[in-house]
Amino acid sequence: MSEFVQLWVYLSSTPLFGLTATLVVYLLAQALYVRTGQAAWANPVLWSVVVLAAGLTATGTAYPTYFSGAQFIHFLLGPAVVALAWPLWQRRAVLRAHGARFVVAALAGGAAAAASAVALAWALGLPADVTLSLAPKSVTAPVAMGVADKIGGVPALAAVFAVLTGMVGALGGKYLFDALGIGTDAAGWMARGFALGTAAHGIGAARALQVNADAGAWAALALGLQVLLAAVLIPLVARLL
Amino acid sequence: MNTLRGITWLLVLQATGEVLARALALPLPGPVVGLVLLLFALNWAPVRDSVAAVADFLLSHLSLLFVPVGVGVMVHLDLLGRHGLRLGVVIVVSTAVGLAVTALVLRALLPASGVATTPQRGDAP
Repeated sequence: MSEFVQLWVYLSSTPLFGLTATLVVYLLAQALYVRTGQAAWANPVLWSVVVLAAGLTATGTAYPTYFSGAQFIHFLLGPAVVALAWPLWQRRAVLRAHGARFVVAALAGGAAAAASAVALAWALGLPADVTLSLAPKSVTAPVAMGVADKIGGVPALAAVFAVLTGMVGALGGKYLFDALGIGTDAAGWMARGFALGTAAHGIGAARALQVNADAGAWAALALGLQVLLAAVLIPLVARLL
Repeated sequence: MNTLRGITWLLVLQATGEVLARALALPLPGPVVGLVLLLFALNWAPVRDSVAAVADFLLSHLSLLFVPVGVGVMVHLDLLGRHGLRLGVVIVVSTAVGLAVTALVLRALLPASGVATTPQRGDAP
């Protein structure tokens, strides 16, 4: 028994543990997702996070210990953002034809998401630092942290809100679009994908990519645009207010 | 070999993006500057051929990359517990508003004739 404990202490303190656990749990969650016919509720990010967080809590493993291994996966977010240029480049003709329309939709959606979050948080009486951390929640987590820091929010909270927002969008987007009568033709996929990338950043885009290649590409475009717009505009608006 | 070249291109462009963002004090994160650089570099066949395979692989597993940050939510469970219901309302409502406004505005702006979304693989054979 004590040998087992020693082995566990050793394993849980090496980066190998966090990395392996993340990959194994994610592959299992992905298998469940495929088996349910990619049902929105079976979102692999959501279930991986729930299972890993529960496992860490149950074994008394600290988050930084886990992250020392998981950081190798986290690191790939940077190259993945750069790689978003590929689906965009493939659709450059559509991009040239409708460029201005995309920018208008991204501005309207991004502003609506940020303004409704801040207004609602203020109306419900949430503390100021929490409210400010909610403003950049439609932007991908690493960027949201930078923006929150600039406007007086808490970076770690902003990352948490961004992740939760992404999950809400990935889980509920389908039902909302169906209710709004957004179809599944070429224009429908464009609207669905673009909206997911705008309001639910990378997690929404990942969901869009899995459901439909075109929706995924428009989500990637929206994600990139939202980062550009939010990184410039949110600190500007915060200064003016 | 091609895969290795592809990942190297992505890292070189990300690093260049970081340097440019800092040197020019751009309000954009380094990887986003890298994205813009790659958009231009893709017009060059050697970059396109090597990046394509790696990009498709990375992007098809994009959701995996959010798991480590996502697990970080556990560190803030006390705060989420304190403001839980109100935070939940804010996040769900504002996300729905953002999704609906974006989708409806874009659909209203798109020409009624529809859109062609067939990807072009470029002029390379």
